[in-house]
Amino acid sequence: MELKEKLLASFAVFENNLDLEDPILDLRNDSIKVFENKGFPTKKDEAWKYTSLAKIQNTDYSLFPKEEDCVNYQEVKKYFLHEIETYKLVFIDGVYSSFLSETTHMGIDVCLMSAAFKKPQYKHLIDKYFNKAASKEDSLSALNTSFSKEGAFIYIPKNTVADKPIEIINFSSGVEAALMIQPRNMIIADQGAEMQIIERHQSLTKNETLTNVVSELFAEQNAKIDLYKIQNDSLSASLIDNTYIDQKRDSVVSVHTFSFGGKLTRNNLNFYQNGENINSILKGVTIIGDKQHVDHHTLVHHREPNCESHQDYKGIYDQSSTGVFNGKIIVDKLAQKTNAFQQNNNILMEDKATINSKPQLEIFADDVKCSHGCTIGQLDEDALFYLQSRGIPKKEGRALLMYAFANNVLESVALPVVKKRINKIIAKKLGVELGFSI
Amino acid sequence: MAYTEEELKKELESKEYEYGFYTDIESDTFPKGLNEEVVIALSKKKEEPDWMTAWRLDAFKIWKEMQEPQWANVTYKKPDFQDISYYSAPNKKPKYESLDEVDPELLDTFNKLGISLDEQKKLAGVAVDIVMDSVSVATTFKETLAEKGIIFCSISEAIKKHPELVQKYIGSVVPKKDNFYAALNSAVFSDGSFCYIPKGVRCPMELSTYFRINQAGTGQFERTLVVADQGSYVSYLEGCTAPSRDENQLHAAVVELIALDDAEIKYSTVQNWFPGDSEGKGGVYNFVTKRGICHTNSKISWTQVETGSAVTWKYPSCVLKGDNSIGEFYSIAVTNNFQQADTGTKMIHLGKNTKSTIISKGISAGKSQNSYRGLVQVSPRATNARNFSQCDSLLMGNECGAHTFPYIEASNKSSQIEHEATTSKIGEDQIFYCNQRGIDTETAIALIVNGFSKEVLNKLPMEFAVEAQKLLEISLEGSVG
Repeated sequence: MELKEKLLASFAVFENNLDLEDPILDLRNDSIKVFENKGFPTKKDEAWKYTSLAKIQNTDYSLFPKEEDCVNYQEVKKYFLHEIETYKLVFIDGVYSSFLSETTHMGIDVCLMSAAFKKPQYKHLIDKYFNKAASKEDSLSALNTSFSKEGAFIYIPKNTVADKPIEIINFSSGVEAALMIQPRNMIIADQGAEMQIIERHQSLTKNETLTNVVSELFAEQNAKIDLYKIQNDSLSASLIDNTYIDQKRDSVVSVHTFSFGGKLTRNNLNFYQNGENINSILKGVTIIGDKQHVDHHTLVHHREPNCESHQDYKGIYDQSSTGVFNGKIIVDKLAQKTNAFQQNNNILMEDKATINSKPQLEIFADDVKCSHGCTIGQLDEDALFYLQSRGIPKKEGRALLMYAFANNVLESVALPVVKKRINKIIAKKLGVELGFSI
Repeated sequence: MAYTEEELKKELESKEYEYGFYTDIESDTFPKGLNEEVVIALSKKKEEPDWMTAWRLDAFKIWKEMQEPQWANVTYKKPDFQDISYYSAPNKKPKYESLDEVDPELLDTFNKLGISLDEQKKLAGVAVDIVMDSVSVATTFKETLAEKGIIFCSISEAIKKHPELVQKYIGSVVPKKDNFYAALNSAVFSDGSFCYIPKGVRCPMELSTYFRINQAGTGQFERTLVVADQGSYVSYLEGCTAPSRDENQLHAAVVELIALDDAEIKYSTVQNWFPGDSEGKGGVYNFVTKRGICHTNSKISWTQVETGSAVTWKYPSCVLKGDNSIGEFYSIAVTNNFQQADTGTKMIHLGKNTKSTIISKGISAGKSQNSYRGLVQVSPRATNARNFSQCDSLLMGNECGAHTFPYIEASNKSSQIEHEATTSKIGEDQIFYCNQRGIDTETAIALIVNGFSKEVLNKLPMEFAVEAQKLLEISLEGSVG
């Protein structure tokens, strides 16, 4: 059976098992209709021109894994930021693992979507925010909405700073031969609230995994959110990440995406600026090889005056990997005095590697400063020779130059422990030991 | 008197199309509509050989199966292809030996446009093959060209006199099934120019053609074919103006350039078709397919100044097939009032050490929309490919839009690709700086706009620069010149 038919058929089953008082039942039905009409996007869709989902639809995924899978902490410790104290929301095969998690309701809410759906005290938040930022027209987001059940729910109240960073980790245990999960995250920073979030998807075996995740972030007036996405998954794991960010005036949201692996990774990152004096920061480092495919699809929609956005994506592509960058900036007629910058630099290491880049500007206001730049090139042979002449072996020299290339993005990481972790992953990727930290 | 940007904007909006007039010449026109009979009749009318008729019919068959493209960032009322007459020719035949024999009314038209044949003959040394509603009426400097073995004539004449060349090259760069409008053009092209430069010949003068749309309800389907044989050089100029008219007119041209080994072709266009009035009524639809193919060590350079048309859909492209070949694209697109332009280029790198440069300048005013859409593609075999692209947009007023859609696809590790784009308005501090140096605001704006487009204007041949300046003036009077 085609994956689309299978999903549609299992929605009926899923719907029957739902609570009678499910607060979003109508929304689910509307959303599944959107998915039914549009189906999976194909290469004929302009937004999916360079990324084909045909390959990952051939697998017979199980959609509802058995409850209570257990993973030994020692096995997965390395995927946590164990050096520091954090709140943790851990899901194994899409099911919440209370054993590995650390939630809180003390002053801030770091808990589960399933709880937020059920408990009456969260009803006003669900009503106010749920599915308000996510696209209603996007078929994959709609698919997620119709099945949404579990995920992270974070609410930081007015003028509160989350005391610890929050980790959201999705493991797939490999109990099922092939698994499709659809986590749904909702993150709200009320006026003047601040938080840092680290999000990770990790497959623990070689079994096929397909994750179609939707995250909605809401930054109210003067709020600040830092989100770090670490994607360093196995060659059998595919990820479609749909992140929607709704910003109100004076808020600052930054999203760092580190893509180091996975069979197919698609990051749909959408910023909507609904207020003045907003700052949106989008940064990314991609280092991949083998037959991996990473697609960054960003949108920054400037709707109000005096806002800024900064985009900086670096990519290093080895072997037969493919990279896609599609960045879109829209500046509405109202959004005068907008400053929007977009930068995409790429290095191709091998002839079989491919990069497709489409930096796009749509500007309807005149008093704006918008620019984008895109380069594709190689490491500077002269610089490499210089390093070699100073006694640095070629391999290390190349790694140094690549570090330097990605450094612009790395240095804006505010959490030292995340920076260190990323450095470690990069060093491992490049196969070198570097006696310094950046 | 202080001249502000506001005033410039107002002037731009209220500026009527200066060259909007209509010459009444008896025309021999086909009834409206398109079917196989029309294609056959058209071919017969032009006394074409059988292979050409078959070629047209084949294209018509392909066209019938195709859909009008929707992807461009433009909105317009779709033309009704059955409501167009596919042939119209100035009636008074036969061809003239000298200018005195030409219909005085026609000459008057040219004079109004500032294309004085005599003057050009004397001063510029430009051979002009004027196409007015599809049929060549005057050709100059033919003898000088013939001495060198250069063939420069209308495409209908070339089909009759040089069928082997036309048959070999027509459709080789833009195949019949390339796109909707190319297929339509292949089926019903009325006339156009053909140019062949023999081996090792450097064309001693700029070749130029003027296109005009004259008869109401006549689609103009030009077909241009330029072949530069090994080691030759040619600079080709194309300029267009059209009369003011209320109903939309369709123009779907195809231009094919072939640069064989070591050859160089320079193709310059100045386009100033009726853009519609300040309410967005009327105007020409310009859907053009232009493409050149570069063989080893050859070079093709496109330069265009686009100021007219209600809707422009145009992507002059280079296929860099041979090693060490070079493609260039320089463009200024000015849109005003309700004009919409979706234009850009494609650079397809196939050979080794191929280079391409793209400089695109967009100026939008009024309620117009100006888009750059480009593709730079490096195939896995194109070692050491090099590309530099720059797209700058200048916005005047907050009701216009500037858009950039660059596609960059690289599959070779040795390729070096740079792309940059900026959007800005005329800075108040720039004007202030000029004021402070004793330059009044009007001159300052002129300086800035001139400076903004200079990189492209510089690429135009001397003979054309005057014309280009003149056309820019119409769109941006008070700011240029």
